Amino acid sequence: MRRSLLFLPGNTPNIIINGDALGADAVILDLEDAVPPSEKDAARILVRNAISLMKFENCEVIVRINSLDTDYWKSDLDEIVPLKPDLIMPPKISCADDVSIIDSYIAELEKEFGIESNTVKLVPLIETAMGVENSFQIATASKRVSALFLGGEDLTADLRCKRTKEGNEIDYARKRMVSAARAAGVDAYDTPFTDVNDDEGIFADAEYAKSLGFTGKSSISPRHVAAINEVFSPSQKDIDHAYEVMEAIRIAKEQGRGAIALHGKMIDAPIVARAQQTIAMAEELLLMRGGRNE
Amino acid sequence: MTDIVKKAYAGTIESSDVYVELEPNEAGLDIRLESVVLSQFGDAIREAAIEVLEQFGVRNAKVKIVDRGALDCVIRARVEAAIKRGRGE
Amino acid sequence: MSNKCVKTLREAIELSGLKDGMTVSFHHHLRNGDYVLNMVMEEAAAMNIRGLTVNASSLFDAHLPLIGHVKSGVVRKIQTDYMSGAIGRFISEGVMEEPVEFRTHGGRPSAIELGCTPIDVAFIAAPASDPMGNCTGKYGKSACGSLGYAYPDAMNAKKVIVITDNLMPYPLPDWSIPETYVDFVVEVEAIGDPKGIVSGTTKITRDPIGLIMAADAARVIKHSGLLKDGFSFQTGAGGASLAAAKFLKDIMLKEKIKGSFGLGGITGYMVEMLNAGCFESLLDVQCFDLDAVESLRSNPRHQEISATRYASPSARSAVVDSLDVVILGATEIDTGFNVNVHTDSNGYIMGGSGGHSDTAAGAKLSMIIAPLSRARLPIVTDRVTCISTPGKDIDVVVTQKGIAVNPKNKELRDRLTQAGLPIVDIHELKRIAERITGVPRKPEKGGRPVAKVIGRDGTLLDTICSVSDSGF
Repeated sequence: MRRSLLFLPGNTPNIIINGDALGADAVILDLEDAVPPSEKDAARILVRNAISLMKFENCEVIVRINSLDTDYWKSDLDEIVPLKPDLIMPPKISCADDVSIIDSYIAELEKEFGIESNTVKLVPLIETAMGVENSFQIATASKRVSALFLGGEDLTADLRCKRTKEGNEIDYARKRMVSAARAAGVDAYDTPFTDVNDDEGIFADAEYAKSLGFTGKSSISPRHVAAINEVFSPSQKDIDHAYEVMEAIRIAKEQGRGAIALHGKMIDAPIVARAQQTIAMAEELLLMRGGRNE
Repeated sequence: MTDIVKKAYAGTIESSDVYVELEPNEAGLDIRLESVVLSQFGDAIREAAIEVLEQFGVRNAKVKIVDRGALDCVIRARVEAAIKRGRGE
Repeated sequence: MSNKCVKTLREAIELSGLKDGMTVSFHHHLRNGDYVLNMVMEEAAAMNIRGLTVNASSLFDAHLPLIGHVKSGVVRKIQTDYMSGAIGRFISEGVMEEPVEFRTHGGRPSAIELGCTPIDVAFIAAPASDPMGNCTGKYGKSACGSLGYAYPDAMNAKKVIVITDNLMPYPLPDWSIPETYVDFVVEVEAIGDPKGIVSGTTKITRDPIGLIMAADAARVIKHSGLLKDGFSFQTGAGGASLAAAKFLKDIMLKEKIKGSFGLGGITGYMVEMLNAGCFESLLDVQCFDLDAVESLRSNPRHQEISATRYASPSARSAVVDSLDVVILGATEIDTGFNVNVHTDSNGYIMGGSGGHSDTAAGAKLSMIIAPLSRARLPIVTDRVTCISTPGKDIDVVVTQKGIAVNPKNKELRDRLTQAGLPIVDIHELKRIAERITGVPRKPEKGGRPVAKVIGRDGTLLDTICSVSDSGF
């Protein structure tokens, strides 16, 4: 379950050590924008140690490495891949080739360290116009790609417009990316909300992202995590409906019926898949700590 | 050559971090430690630093550590970063 | 007599008959902006009076000159409920022969009234007073609001001197302490610095970890079974405690719960809760900020109470006995739920019970909010460096990695577990902390006792020893 993904600066021990207590489903240890060039080496070692020696309870660990147009990305992978992080996030991915380059390098490392191939997954960061246009190719460029991630801030710089709270300027990119991700059978994550101090606006932004089909949403501020979790958690209505669907299927099976209808609508494969996912999430939420979503 | 060739530092004095400074030394490891948790973790901090120095084959260095309550993995990371910088890597 | 006004402080002290070895007392409502304690002690020193016992309800950094008087022999003994770090450091290093006597905000008036700590001369700093000594903290340039901690001094000391920087015509209409207890009144230029007087509150924490703990704390209260009409509540003035109050307010408003009273230590946040209809009244023993002072002045539902009424264990009853929930802090907690608020983990004195033990003893639910570790030091230990409040009075400990419930409270534990809260055994919390920080070595315990921690019932709870040189 990845409803919320929280960026944490990779060179700030104070923040990293409490990373898993902030309620996010995943933390993104950032070696890129949050770390100045003079500290790239130290950050890399710190993140490597954090992953190998600290236990991140109840949350996944994603590492954002530096982009292909720097000298750092290879060293980042050298340091991090052996630790088998949950996901690696390469930034500024603009085309399938970008993915292939990284894929090959990781494959070499997996071989060198005796890791089963394709263990390390990727979540490419789409933050250029080119990347948006090539979303589908990027999503299908490698078996490692597990999701697409939208980076609104840098994208608007590339689009030559302002990044706003309302988000009209990234609307096309959002929709295109979600469509490409779903077509490729991978997840889609939305860009952070721009206003750290707006505790109401985050709800609207997250709701909108959910309505477009995003799997979850990222944040640079811990304050937004609870709101994002709440929005992307299935509602009681969703959960009840999901159980209804599964029940309808069970009954139909018993009665030997082929086509199944619920409330006058045909239940086909995507609806079943959705229902199963919802139930899985609901169960995971029950198992988890009692939810910060009250 | 695995010893320190130039003065180098890593880390900061922010809370939960540790500032590590390395300098070339004639003979052996000369470790100076300041810590906000000196009585509780002074020995553990020293041990961690020495282990990392040994791991990287550094036998001679002046080591200055100013600790603000950094966890063990952070201390090790900062010492390692300082070593690599001190070797001109 | 036409009035009790005396021209100078020295004259008042002379008239009071203060001699070597006597006990003087002060309240701490002017907090870190107080001038009066220093003024009085300087005068006493100039008059060559020596060997005094200072009974001050609390001591702040502003009172550092006291250490000079200790060294010069003007002060022989200190009795207090709280001591800030700067002063505490000197005490921990062994500057005094006689150990400091720490009591609580409820234990202090009790000891005064029972005659255990008799006061020869009480000095009442009053932001407003008339020439006969009817005085209050509610008005004046140095307004501090409630004078709760001054009542027992005024009512029991052999001689009472009111010191004011705002002499008003007789009779002061809105008085707190009546003239019947006052011997002398002295007017001075300033009794304190307004900026330092109402400096008690921090803001609601912005630290994400603090906010998470605060939200969990509010949830604990919600599921405790105590949050219903008639609910009463007290919270500390720290950032996370205030945030918890805010979350609680949201819940109370959403569920239309009408509480009975808020108690404290009153801050602007509590005033907001009163004005929002969460409580019928506020019972105020001390104002932490100007919003609280203003509210006390103007809202009849915001009432001043004495320290005795607040928390004395020997009164027929005190408000803490009717309290539902209190949120508190801690520097350390041990696996027996004993709490330390007197020293840091190295043994340096930097606090004191204040109302901690009293509210913990009285409240139906006493909750500690504390991060699992502070700068690599785990909050949970095998045995606290100093017992400030005994474990039997602590019900819940909320950290960012789990909530521990005192085993004696099985019903509460079951309720909270049912509600889906992350309940963890206290021993497990300690293990979790140590897995992260490593196991700390216990610092060497110093030789000499430098302070006694006297519990609410007057018995010795713990002894604080001097800190051995740790070689920085």
